[in-house]
Amino acid sequence: MSPSASEPVPTGSGPAIVARGLTKRFGKVTALSDLTVEMPTGVVGLVGANGAGKSTLIKILLGLLPPTSGEARILGLDAATDGLAIRQVVGYMPESDCLPPDVSATELVVHLARMSGLPGTAARERAADTLRHVGLYEERYRPIGGYSTGMKQRVKLAQALVHDPRLVLLDEPTNGLDPAGRDEMLELIRRIGTEFGISVLVTSHLLGELERIADHVVVIESGVLQRSTSTAEATALSGSVLVEVTDRAADVVARLRASGAQVEVPDDGATTFAVDLADEAVLDAVAAAAADLGVGLVRMQRRRHHLTELFREAAR
Amino acid sequence: MSDLQPAAAPAPGVPAGAPAGGAPAGDVIHDIGFRHYDGPRYGRGWIVRSLLVDTVRGVFGLGRPARSKVMPWALVAILAVPPIIIGLIVLLVGGDDPPITYTQFLYQFNVPISLFVAGAAPYAVSRDLRHGVLPLYLSRPLVRTDYVAARYGGLVLAVFAILAVPQTLLLIAALLAKLDVGAQLVGWAGGLAMSALLALLLSAVGLAIAAFTPRRGLGVAAIITVLIVVQGFSFALSGLAYGQDAEGLAVLAGALDPYRLIDGLAVWLLGADPVIPDFAPTDAGQGAVFVLVYVVALAAFGGLLLQRYRKAGRL
Repeated sequence: MSPSASEPVPTGSGPAIVARGLTKRFGKVTALSDLTVEMPTGVVGLVGANGAGKSTLIKILLGLLPPTSGEARILGLDAATDGLAIRQVVGYMPESDCLPPDVSATELVVHLARMSGLPGTAARERAADTLRHVGLYEERYRPIGGYSTGMKQRVKLAQALVHDPRLVLLDEPTNGLDPAGRDEMLELIRRIGTEFGISVLVTSHLLGELERIADHVVVIESGVLQRSTSTAEATALSGSVLVEVTDRAADVVARLRASGAQVEVPDDGATTFAVDLADEAVLDAVAAAAADLGVGLVRMQRRRHHLTELFREAAR
Repeated sequence: MSDLQPAAAPAPGVPAGAPAGGAPAGDVIHDIGFRHYDGPRYGRGWIVRSLLVDTVRGVFGLGRPARSKVMPWALVAILAVPPIIIGLIVLLVGGDDPPITYTQFLYQFNVPISLFVAGAAPYAVSRDLRHGVLPLYLSRPLVRTDYVAARYGGLVLAVFAILAVPQTLLLIAALLAKLDVGAQLVGWAGGLAMSALLALLLSAVGLAIAAFTPRRGLGVAAIITVLIVVQGFSFALSGLAYGQDAEGLAVLAGALDPYRLIDGLAVWLLGADPVIPDFAPTDAGQGAVFVLVYVVALAAFGGLLLQRYRKAGRL
């Protein structure tokens, strides 16, 4: 992990989640196959298609499902034997609908705080606090049955946070949300990791949305680990410069190519192209070419990798 | 959960002017950031007890809308008024014994008792099953059987309470009428013991049925139907057997109906006066069958309930 990334470490150090040779079979179906991975504290994204084994991994981590073989540790606790201790310091937001419609969000979250072992007064205070933090205000006194999907997702998130866990497991929290609701939920999750100082494992089948908020991304497919990488590393500066000129892009490119530079031009004839950064001289060449041809240089920008393209390359 | 004090007092020692994040402006509560909790966290025993108390409260409609209180309290009244009237009669007319014994009371008032169980059992389990709430419990520091035990224990306590209160009123009336204190206390204690057995059995039957009928209304109807049908069947069988001079069978058929089963146990174990003398167990074999049926029925319905949660408890 790059030390520059601002990672909130709630307590202790070391990885938040460790799996070693973790395998889970349901009859003939293998949900997880020899999964060995370490996930750091902070926000970790778990990406995979539906049925990739994300939910199975979460159930094993909660100590609710014994693995067929292998070992899983969460916050240093053994998932196979310390289930109760784990569930005291971990919060879980299920993917499925799980809210009774006839109680209010406040009543439900207070009740569930007590079910996490918090005494009555603390349960009430923390429920009010937490619901406010997830963005539920006056509506929290109304029965949940009348809530929108976005509000329901917030209630589900609040019940996972109400007992102040050290880590939350969020299963597909953006499921069913419209684009605006999705952005708000992602921002909320990012804040849980940074401002609240609670480690997060968040699953999604969309890599793109996790890339924005996760410090670390783990990709699994059919129960097999595909990749585990720090987002900072993966999106590090690439070896090329994005150049945009006001006009005559083709001429500039021709001149650069003549000087021996590798230039990548998009097909659509735009005024933007990428120059391979072999050495610093290339930057001078770009400036010189623009000056000679009398075109304006709009920008020269070191390009960053996107996680998606990284995985696309890996898939090829 | 009704006595909520939603306006949480701001924590002392937390700087009020530390806005951290995107709470909308105009909110009366100052955003003081996410506060961590370092107070006590109680363990499994406390959580189970909490859920049990919550179940008892909910069964009586406490912390729920007013309409949820009507049915249970109406039934409590229906069960509590007769002992008061009986008490008044004994006081005014006098006599050596109240017109109804403590254990007979359980049988005579089986209809309101059944209605109470039919209303309470679905409340205790159907909602959580139907709306998939169980994962929210199971992701907390308790295990599946804790949840079932708390719900079952809560219902047993509630049912026992609605049986014990009228019996205690009956005792008070008997004592006021200066009936024999010793005999009344023995009768009352026996009545409570039988009430406990009845509460254990009816709760297991009610919850098992309710757990398989996730719609609350359906659960209510199913429980009433089962209890009434079983009672009718048991009576028809007894009557039929009695008509054929098969008196032994007439007695044993009573074990099918939970209320007659309890009455038979009271007769056999406590020597109480039976409700229907012709159908009361008289020999050791019959008594053993009643005990056996009780144990098997309790185990069967309890097992059925646990079995249901073994499946439903998966996240």
